[in-house]
Amino acid sequence: MEILINFGYLIAAILFILGIKGMTTPKTAVRGNQMSAIGMLIAVVAALLDYNVVDYTWIIVGVLIGGILGAVLAKKIAMTDMPEMVAALNGVGGGASLLVAAANYLESQKLAEMGKFVPTYDWSIAVILSILIGAVTLTGSLIAVGKLKGKIGDAKKVGLFKAIVKVVLLTLVVGGGYFAYVDPLNSDILIAGMIVLCLVLGVCLVMPIGGADMPVVVSLLNSYSGLAGASAGFVLGNNGLIITGSLVGASGIILTSIMCKAMNRSLTNVLFGGSMAASAGVSKSEN
Amino acid sequence: MEMFIMMLTIFVLAVFVGVEIINKVPPTLHTPLMSGTNAISGIVVVGAIISSGGSEHTTVLSTVLGVVAIALATINIVAGFMVTDRMLNMFKKK
Repeated sequence: MEILINFGYLIAAILFILGIKGMTTPKTAVRGNQMSAIGMLIAVVAALLDYNVVDYTWIIVGVLIGGILGAVLAKKIAMTDMPEMVAALNGVGGGASLLVAAANYLESQKLAEMGKFVPTYDWSIAVILSILIGAVTLTGSLIAVGKLKGKIGDAKKVGLFKAIVKVVLLTLVVGGGYFAYVDPLNSDILIAGMIVLCLVLGVCLVMPIGGADMPVVVSLLNSYSGLAGASAGFVLGNNGLIITGSLVGASGIILTSIMCKAMNRSLTNVLFGGSMAASAGVSKSEN
Repeated sequence: MEMFIMMLTIFVLAVFVGVEIINKVPPTLHTPLMSGTNAISGIVVVGAIISSGGSEHTTVLSTVLGVVAIALATINIVAGFMVTDRMLNMFKKK
């Protein structure tokens, strides 16, 4: 069975690669999208065959709720609201990765109690990365949606947000170090605290960036959500997740840089827009 | 540790594939491509399914988190692919 499952993930990965490739030219784009969708179906079936899945009740409940909501949203949304829709979906995906990491942490505790799991450094680091990337993608995308809708204006206190980002990052490094090296299995409160901090971090990272740069930010967050999937794959030891997540992560970064070039901006310029505005003017005059 | 090196190898190789398959995308396809890859990142549903499969090591809280994760990831997947399809079909008519 294990072989069949991994074979399924392989087929899914191939379909994703061909699908993404197809979506880069107008002629094959529709087919490319369909291929990716079929790949997803195969990956889901492979996951359902996993030996950890013994009860399908809750899975069906979750899939039904998500499927109906998703289909209704996709049908109803106006064409002009597409950028917001993509950003919102991206955030939802990030939230899912965050929850998977949290759920896996709880399960690992139980497994360790039963003597079937010993935490390793790479596992703890993967847990922290999953939480970090998932949470940043979630709140960052929500702020991006607000900015695209024009409900959140451009921040005035750019310096404040940057200061918060630095403090939060430092705290996360310390907290993460404690988690990985001291006590990975009894750190519920620490993990909960880090989730909150990472959620704050997502807000503070996107707030200083101007509304006009939001498409690039959404693309970058899309890349993050892929990486969040990949790190969830590291946590679970699941190759299907690792391959697909890193594919999306890498293609997302490249797409982001292509979009930046199309807008005649550099990526660092967009990301650190607030304080770089002055130096951007200088480089323009130099040109 | 061997497991980790294996996973890292797969990760790095897949990153290279991801970088190589995207080249010279016409600007009109930027948003659909973003939306399509975003739908693919809903692959995390695989992790969510495994988390809420009710195996012996799951707890009540982990199952709840897993089910919510499945719902969110499914929204991402279903809406993502449908929205991408809508966008691409719009280009076709033109």
